[in-house]
Amino acid sequence: MLPGLYIHIPFCLSKCGYCSFYSIASTDLIDEFVQAVILEMGLHGFSQTTFDTNVINFSANNEERPFKSFDTLYLGGGTPSLLSLSQIENIFQAIRNQFEISERAEITMEVNPGDLSLPYLQGLHSLGINRLNIGIQSFDDHILKFLGRRHSSKESSDAIDQARKAGFINLGLDLIYGVSGQDLKSWKNNLHQTLAFEPEHLSCYQLSLETKTPLYRTYLQNRLSMPSENEALDYFMTTSHTLTDSGYDHYEVSNFARTETLRSRHNTKYWRHVPYLGLGPSAHSFDGARRFWNKADVCAYLTDIAGKKIPLEKVEALTSTQMALEALFLGLRTRDGLDLHHYKDLYGVDLPADKKPMIDALIKNKLIELKEGCLRPTLEGMAVADALALI
Amino acid sequence: MENIRNFSIIAHIDHGKSTLADRLIQYTGVCNERNFQDQLLDNMDIERERGITIKSNAISLPYVAKDGKTYILNLIDTPGHVDFSYEVSRSLASCEGVLLLIDAAQGVQAQTLANLYLAMEHNLEIIPVINKIDLPSADIDRVLEEIDSELGLDTDTHIKASAKEGIGIPDILEAIVERIPPPTGSETNPLAALIFDAKYDAYRGTIIHCRIFEGAVKAGDIIRFMYNNATYRVEEVGHFLLQRTKRDRLAAGEVGYIIAGVKTVSDVRTGDTITHQDKPCAQPLPGFKEVKPVVFASIYPIASDDYQDLADSLEKYKLNDASFIYEKDSSAALGQGFRCGFLGLLHLDIVQERIEREYDLSIILSVPSVRYRFTLKDNTVLYVDNPAHYPDQMSIAKGEEPFIRASMMLPERYLGTVMKLCMDKRGVNSNMNYTGPGRVELSYEMPLAEVIFDFYDRFKSVTQGYGSFDYDILDYRESTLVLMDILVNGEKVDALSQIVHRDRARARALIACDRLKDEIPRQMYKIAIQGAIGSEIIARSTISAFRKDVTAKCYGGDISRKRKLLEKQKEGKKRMKMIGSVSIPQSAFLAVLKSDND
Repeated sequence: MLPGLYIHIPFCLSKCGYCSFYSIASTDLIDEFVQAVILEMGLHGFSQTTFDTNVINFSANNEERPFKSFDTLYLGGGTPSLLSLSQIENIFQAIRNQFEISERAEITMEVNPGDLSLPYLQGLHSLGINRLNIGIQSFDDHILKFLGRRHSSKESSDAIDQARKAGFINLGLDLIYGVSGQDLKSWKNNLHQTLAFEPEHLSCYQLSLETKTPLYRTYLQNRLSMPSENEALDYFMTTSHTLTDSGYDHYEVSNFARTETLRSRHNTKYWRHVPYLGLGPSAHSFDGARRFWNKADVCAYLTDIAGKKIPLEKVEALTSTQMALEALFLGLRTRDGLDLHHYKDLYGVDLPADKKPMIDALIKNKLIELKEGCLRPTLEGMAVADALALI
Repeated sequence: MENIRNFSIIAHIDHGKSTLADRLIQYTGVCNERNFQDQLLDNMDIERERGITIKSNAISLPYVAKDGKTYILNLIDTPGHVDFSYEVSRSLASCEGVLLLIDAAQGVQAQTLANLYLAMEHNLEIIPVINKIDLPSADIDRVLEEIDSELGLDTDTHIKASAKEGIGIPDILEAIVERIPPPTGSETNPLAALIFDAKYDAYRGTIIHCRIFEGAVKAGDIIRFMYNNATYRVEEVGHFLLQRTKRDRLAAGEVGYIIAGVKTVSDVRTGDTITHQDKPCAQPLPGFKEVKPVVFASIYPIASDDYQDLADSLEKYKLNDASFIYEKDSSAALGQGFRCGFLGLLHLDIVQERIEREYDLSIILSVPSVRYRFTLKDNTVLYVDNPAHYPDQMSIAKGEEPFIRASMMLPERYLGTVMKLCMDKRGVNSNMNYTGPGRVELSYEMPLAEVIFDFYDRFKSVTQGYGSFDYDILDYRESTLVLMDILVNGEKVDALSQIVHRDRARARALIACDRLKDEIPRQMYKIAIQGAIGSEIIARSTISAFRKDVTAKCYGGDISRKRKLLEKQKEGKKRMKMIGSVSIPQSAFLAVLKSDND
């Protein structure tokens, strides 16, 4: 697997109360941003000759560059669908100038249902985008309002239909559950409504409280009820059972694909320690040994780029212990689990032997299984994947 | 000698003992403002924080009295807990008088009385001081009434003071000079010095704190400890100003220190008499008792990597605490550790806290035990203070446990509840006296095991602090003993095993199961906690599993954030002990040790 390329589009028309991703509620700087992100590619790409950021030290030698070819590309945000077709085209052109993109690359764009017209969708398709991730969140207008989304359920349905019309054969839909005002029954309804569109991919996230979000502040003021542990478990199990019964593969805690080939190839890299390069404010990168990320501030980002500087916030060189912990907690989020031989080779830890009492108890309690040399969480295990990682 | 006064301050807790000591020290000018800090005599952080005195301490205060003469006032500070009552008695034995401090708002309290009796036993001159007279709630008339009726002291002898505001300090100093008799004894008699404490100094070895009753001692003398006949050459003598201050000699009547190349404080016995090798005194000073630990418990490091550090820290701790003993021990569930002996539960508490604090170690304590005696069917006699060494039940012909005589003093209104408490604790042969109007002296014979477990805390709580309590070891008495184990998901947690009276086993097991249930965090699977005698389960509790904890999203490639969170949790988990597949926090072990009814 080649590395993945992620581009963060940090603009929204309005901010949703639950979201903790970096974005600004203004579109004024989109043009400047597009120019900057193109320049940022240059700092990592073919055109670079000298490369001095004081912190990251990539070799100028093309052969040793960690990021020169990608087989997945992901436009995330923020709201990427605020970009015009020509802006996207410029970005894509720059990518092709700076990097090699595999012929059969997965090219995903996150879109907001309210922003989509048929011509726009057709334009995206003709630019080479072959996977759309649509932020449906809910088919219940009350819930959408509560979440602060600016689209309606009708717009969602229309968006999906239009996307199909525009030729997209790989659609991912994002849904949120566990929202105040929702119950299990209405969530099931949502799932069935969603299934009617036969999406290739589904992400069902339990609403989580992120510090520094308006939703979290509401929660602190006791004006928001969150599902109890048992309710959360009910949601989780119901979701999994409903979708697997309809033939979906529950391949990660919150992710479902109609077939194995329809899994999100880009996101899978995050869970498997495959390198990825993140461009744009707040975007995270991993080069196989280090994690580094950009400043979460559009203005600072633009200034750094203008000064030909990678707008880094921080570089983190991972120790072997940290890598091992990551491998464990990321691997145990996925149904494929953790390849034990690979893990032992890399980190010198023979989990079934070194943690025998714990592993035995987990197997006995049907939370994990040992299969084909892998340590795999069961469905019940996935629900407690955070604790599994602490064995 | 005419110019020496040896005295101590005795008081109920929080009546202002340390503050008064601070004021006396400041007034006499031993300490300038710059060096001053509150609770000067309480050297250890733990003493300052808990507001209790653990080690004895002494300081010599030079004082020019109204008669124009300079006096040396030796203030000997004493610990304030039943675990250390022997140390208190040795400190008081080194004095001729005491300041009996009474809070003007609270009046006479349990320890006021208990301390008064102790002082009277030693025939000390008693100066009642009514402290905190500046408080709005001060009720001096009532306190005077109590001094008369409850303490039976002459009310004309009292002094009114506020240590906090510095009121009455000159009067107190004058009274010390005028009313406390100077020491007696003769410099020409053979040396007799009472050891009332010993401290360890990394450079000088043991610093012996003593009161010279007869004779004199100087550097170069060969001295002998009368308890074990060990001899040493004196390197240095001196007295205590704010620091140790070297002098040519210490003579009869004086309080000071001797440094004589004694390696550890364990070579010294509090209450022992020091004399000269070549011209010994005829007999040791009265009152010596060898203090033996009565409570035993094992200490294990939470992280087995810390074993060596724990060993080092115990060795260092031991240098300064002669009454603490320890030896190697190991547990199937907890690994390598140490079996330790303590004077009581407070002593155990202090050792634990100091090890954790001063050496930064996380430790687990096993359930404390007394020393039981078993006679086996083949007539072998076995002393067992560690449940791990409990003999095979079938081989036991007779089990015995140590009994004590508990002496309590309390206001009559608490009599009923205290008697009930004593009977709950298997107390027998009670005795009761009215010592004054409304005051009762009560005694019971009780198993030591019941007393160490939680008796003292409960006694204090049912008497609302007005009761005082002391005990003496009596003898061993036959008892139906069993070994009670605690199992967590079927694994025996040997640190929680206890030797208990058969009738107590079920209640103890239930308490342990409940406490563990409260303290062990939920885990990914159900945890069964059981109390058992052999294979018979006598109590159980269950901790349900948590079933959902996973975060929905690993945000846009930001793996670091989630990893850091897990790293933190992993750190926290290191402070837990894995028993089989269950992580047990230190607090769970401690909770089992806590008293019955919190």
